[in-house]
Formats: sequence, C-alpha cells, structure tokens
Amino acid sequence: MAILIDEKTRIIVQGFTGRIGTFHAQEMIEYGSNVVGGVTPGKGGQTHLGLPVFNTVKEAVEQVGAEASIVFVPPAFAADSIMEAADAGIQYCVSITDGIPTQDMMTVKSFLRRFPKAKRMMLTGPNCSGTISPERAMLGIMPGHIYKRGNVGIVGRSGTLGYEAADQMRRLGIGISTSVGIGGDPIIGSSHRDVLEKLEQDPETKVALMIGEIGGPQEVEAGIFAKENMSKPLIAYIAGLTAPPGRRMGHAGAIISTAGESAAEKVERLKELGVTICPTPALMGQTVAEVLARL
Amino acid sequence: MDIHEYQAKEILVEYGVKIAEGGLAYTVDEAVQRCREIDGSVWVIKAQIHSGARGKAGGIKVCRTHDEVEAAAEALLGKKLVTHQTGPAGKICNRLYVEAGTEIARELYLSFMIDRSHERVIMVGSAQGGMEIERLAVTDPNAIIKIYVEPAVGLQDFQARTMAFALGLGEDLLNHAVKTIKGCYRALRDLDANILEINPLVVTKNNELMALDAKMSFDENALFRRHRIAELRDNTQIDPREVAAAEAGLSYVGLDGDIGCMINGAGLAMATMDMIKLAGGEPANFLDVGGGASAERTEKAFRLVLADEGVKAMLVNIFAGINRCDWIAEGVVQAVRNIDMKVPLVVRLSGTNVEEGRRIIADSGLPIITAETLADAAEKVVRARDEMVAKQG
Repeated sequence: MAILIDEKTRIIVQGFTGRIGTFHAQEMIEYGSNVVGGVTPGKGGQTHLGLPVFNTVKEAVEQVGAEASIVFVPPAFAADSIMEAADAGIQYCVSITDGIPTQDMMTVKSFLRRFPKAKRMMLTGPNCSGTISPERAMLGIMPGHIYKRGNVGIVGRSGTLGYEAADQMRRLGIGISTSVGIGGDPIIGSSHRDVLEKLEQDPETKVALMIGEIGGPQEVEAGIFAKENMSKPLIAYIAGLTAPPGRRMGHAGAIISTAGESAAEKVERLKELGVTICPTPALMGQTVAEVLARL
Repeated sequence: MDIHEYQAKEILVEYGVKIAEGGLAYTVDEAVQRCREIDGSVWVIKAQIHSGARGKAGGIKVCRTHDEVEAAAEALLGKKLVTHQTGPAGKICNRLYVEAGTEIARELYLSFMIDRSHERVIMVGSAQGGMEIERLAVTDPNAIIKIYVEPAVGLQDFQARTMAFALGLGEDLLNHAVKTIKGCYRALRDLDANILEINPLVVTKNNELMALDAKMSFDENALFRRHRIAELRDNTQIDPREVAAAEAGLSYVGLDGDIGCMINGAGLAMATMDMIKLAGGEPANFLDVGGGASAERTEKAFRLVLADEGVKAMLVNIFAGINRCDWIAEGVVQAVRNIDMKVPLVVRLSGTNVEEGRRIIADSGLPIITAETLADAAEKVVRARDEMVAKQG
C-alpha cells in the first residue's frame, strides 16, 4: 500500500453529520475512499449518507473496524475528538479543524506520548488539507482531480500551495505517490521529518518534495534527517521571502521570531545539507522533473 | 493578542506577583492625580503601547515633581512612539501608567512561553535582566537558564527553586520567588497566554521581589473561552486595515510595496508574494481570503487592498479546491464593477471549474488581465504596475 492510507483503509468521519463533515465525506466517497461510517455523539444508531453513525470512536472501531479517522469537529472540541480517536485504537488521524487553541494541542501531544510507539496513533494537522494517495484514497479536503498517481512524495504545511505543486507536476506528466498536508499551526501532530521518514520507507516513492514556510526549525530538522537517513533525493521550497520579522503571515506557525527562521536562512541551511532547492514557487514541478531525470 | 503593561500587571497581582504602586491615566490631569495618590517623591510615567523597548523611544519618563509629571504626560499622550518593534509607523499612546519610583538593587529576567518545537512551556530566566535577552543569548548564552515544564504535571516546586537559585535569590527571598514563579506559570496556563515576560524582575533596595514591567500575549484561538482577556483588546494598537480584515474574516498584513494581493491560503499567498518580488515588484500586503470565498467576501477583500493608496496594481491568485473558479470570477467581476477600480488588475484562476471562471472574466468586458500560471501572473502584474507608474509620471 501507499503510506498511511490506500483504497482498503477503513475510514470514519468525526463530526460526520455536520454540514462540513457531510460535504467532505461525500467528496471522499466519490473519490473512492473506503468510508465506513462516522461519529457524532448523541446521534449513534442513525444512518447518514447510507452509513452508520456511532456515539463513540470505540464503537466505530469495534463494529466497523475503523482504522483511520478525519476530524471536522469545531475547534473548541477538536482536541478531545483527537484524543478519543487515539484512545480507541485508530492508527491514523487527520485533523482538518482550523483554530484549535495551542495549549489544547500541547495536551493532545502529551496524551499521544503516553502510548508506546508501536501503538501510538499518527496524527497529521490540525489546520491542514489532509492526505491523498492519488487514484486510491483521499483523507482530506483537496480537489482530488489535480493529483495524478506516480512516484513523488509530497509533504507541506500549506493546502493551496500543495495544490499548486501537484498541478505543476501534473502538467509535466509527473505523478504523486502520497501527498501529506501537515498544517500551519505552531504545534502539529507530525512534522516534515516524521512524514519524510514514512516516504523513505515507501517503495512507491522515488523522490520527496517538501513545501515549507518561514517560522520554526522543522524544515531544517527535516533537512538534517534527510542528509543522515534518506537514500532518496529531497527537494524543497520555502515560502515567505518577503515576510517581515515578527509578523504572523496567516498561519499561526508562520512568524519569524528567532534567528534561522526566515526563508533565506532556511534555504541556505538546506542547501548546505544537500537538499535541492526550488528557486521559485513557479518552478516546483520543473525542479522535481530535473531531479527525476537524473535518477 | 497583545495587552498593555498595566493590564498584565493587574492579572499578575491576582497570581501573587508583587508590583509597584501605580494607576492608569488617560489625561494629563489624571496623571497628576495618580501621583497625588501614590506615596513617595519619584514617579515613573510609562507610555502604554503594545511594544517593548519603550525606554529607548522616550516612552518612559522619571519625574520628581508634579510639574514634571504634567510635562511628561503632555509629551506622551496622543503621540506616536516608534520603537524597533513597532515599525516606522509607530504606535499611538492613549494611556499612561503612573507608577511609584522603585529603588533597584538588582535587575533579573523571567519569562514563560510555549516552545512549539518541544511542545511544552519553557521557563527562561537570567540574573542579568534589563537588557535584551536576544542579545544576551548571543554574547553570554550561559547566563540564560531554560527549564522545560512537563504538561501532564505542570511546573514543580523544585523547578521553581532551581530557577530562583539561578537568579541569585537566596534564603530570605526564596519563598516569595517560588510563589512568583509558580504564579506566572499558572497565569500563562489558566489564561491561554503564549508569552509572559517580566523584564526586569527586580530586587529592590528594601529586598522585595517585584515585577517592574510585564508583557503578556494571548492565543487568539483560545479567546472564545477567555472572555475577560478578549475584552482587553486595544484596536488603537493594531493597523486599522488588519482590524477591518479580521472583522471580515480575512487575514491581512500591510507591507511597504505597491502591488496589492488577494490570494487563497497562507502558503500560496506567501509564495505568490515571493514570485512578485522575484519578478521585480514589491507586494503591498499579505491577504488570505481563505476557503469558501463568497462574492461578498471577495468585494470586501478588494476594498481592503485598494484602501491602501500606494497600490499601483493588483493581483488575484486563486487555486480553487473547495472554492470554485466560477464563483470567484463572479465575485471579482462584481467587485470591479462596484468599486470603480483605478489600477490595473491581473487575475489568475486555477483548479475546480477553471474554464467556466475564465469565461466569466472574458465575457464581462472589463479590462482584466488574465494569467494562466503563477510565473505569468507575477510578470504581468509587475509590468502593469510599471506601466501605471510611467503613466502617472
């Protein structure tokens, strides 16, 4: 299978019966994702979109064998839903919800660390566009039709910039093994590095593209990981050349607060680590094509 | 969300932190009145603006007579102060905090913040307070103590004691130091603050431990459950364009260039601004319209971008996922018609229903320049800007 999800992965939707949950559940089903039900506390026993609704994630795991979940629960309650999924034995969870308080995410991460690594749920997001393994399964809110199946793995903080990359690649006939949105918040479930670790182990992936931003050390940490542990080439683009220090650029995590967090500094560090840099965001597809041609 | 020094101090007092006697003034008369209420013969008049480094900008004045207080208050109220943190526009001072002068024996540094890479609260302290901690971190990193707090159990007494000893607070001040340190941690956690900084934390000549300044910043995402904090918002300290944007559900940051931007998604917005710069232009703003951009929201975004009189050309770059290009195109056409745009507009649409979107733009008969790719869009908007500037002479 592809990393994280494929056409067989049994998916549930948390916040299933809400407007947003309903809309995206339909989109995912149409794309071919194996959605087996959903959770809305208090609506257990009902049927929605022809699928069972459960009161708790645990019931969904026991009764329909849920393995992965996607969270559309409002920000005030989302952290609780993520922890419920982890407790119930869900293996992979995507949190789409934007606006979760940072301290709630601190609690979530602390909760997840209590599980031994082998049993620990993988979380991506919050505030992300989700994960897609093209032509197999979509666990997210992206426009599925712009993704072509292939052998480039993508990891990125931003949703629409990830679409831009996928679209540039499709125009050049390049496909994607799996694309993972990790989200733009200060504290997130998985980092660039965590996803690169999965892509390195994935036989379908030949090349990895990391789409980063200003703020935080995680792009450079991913570069260090790639230098030390990856056999596959890593390509990167870092957005935010024009971002002034101290100003938050939309994403809560996208703020230059200390040395080394600006786009130029990150690019410099990544070059030193042997990462191929996309010189402009318009050349993400082109740069990937050049690296693929050298393989 | 940032708050003022006096507001942070009011909060910290509730958590057991000692501060100097003081009061708030909106007028010169009130400032003098506050001095009468405060014991002693030395007062410090402090401009309340959302910025550090106020001292260097002349925002903090030590006064010894009521006449001096009057002069200081007059000099500060209604004035814009420019510090290295405010940017060249500066921030307006509408409130003063009048505080009893303190005789300082030692200046210390203490702060708490959410360290996002460690996903924990970090407590930072130094026995060398008063100066910029960033500079100290470079010149003498060993003078800074960092202690991480495990979220599941919170800050422990031994950690607070470790910090107190590192700050050189001995036996006589130890209990109060532990109380102060733990109080600060609780304030940060209870109120969803991202940052709490006391610089300086001082030991007075009377051997008291006191917060002489206080800075707190709060998580915007948590304000829904912190009503009392949400009420402390002071919009006079924020770029009015950003206030208007937030009210319309848009994310806006004003910049110094002359090419206005409207883009969906923060990452794509930053990337598009990069492309403008690489094509030889300078963006006037960052503006993320988000998902589900309705015609109404699009028009609001246009008005916001064009309210900046320095804008010489505008670029719309939308990659429609949940959005649909035809809806966006209708919104753009409607906005251009309603606003009577005077500067050239470049529109690049991509994603869901792109053909339909392009047809709507073409059929509108409006002088909208269309672009197919990101590079194309950036080049076209820079060229349009150059032509506009040439035309205006």
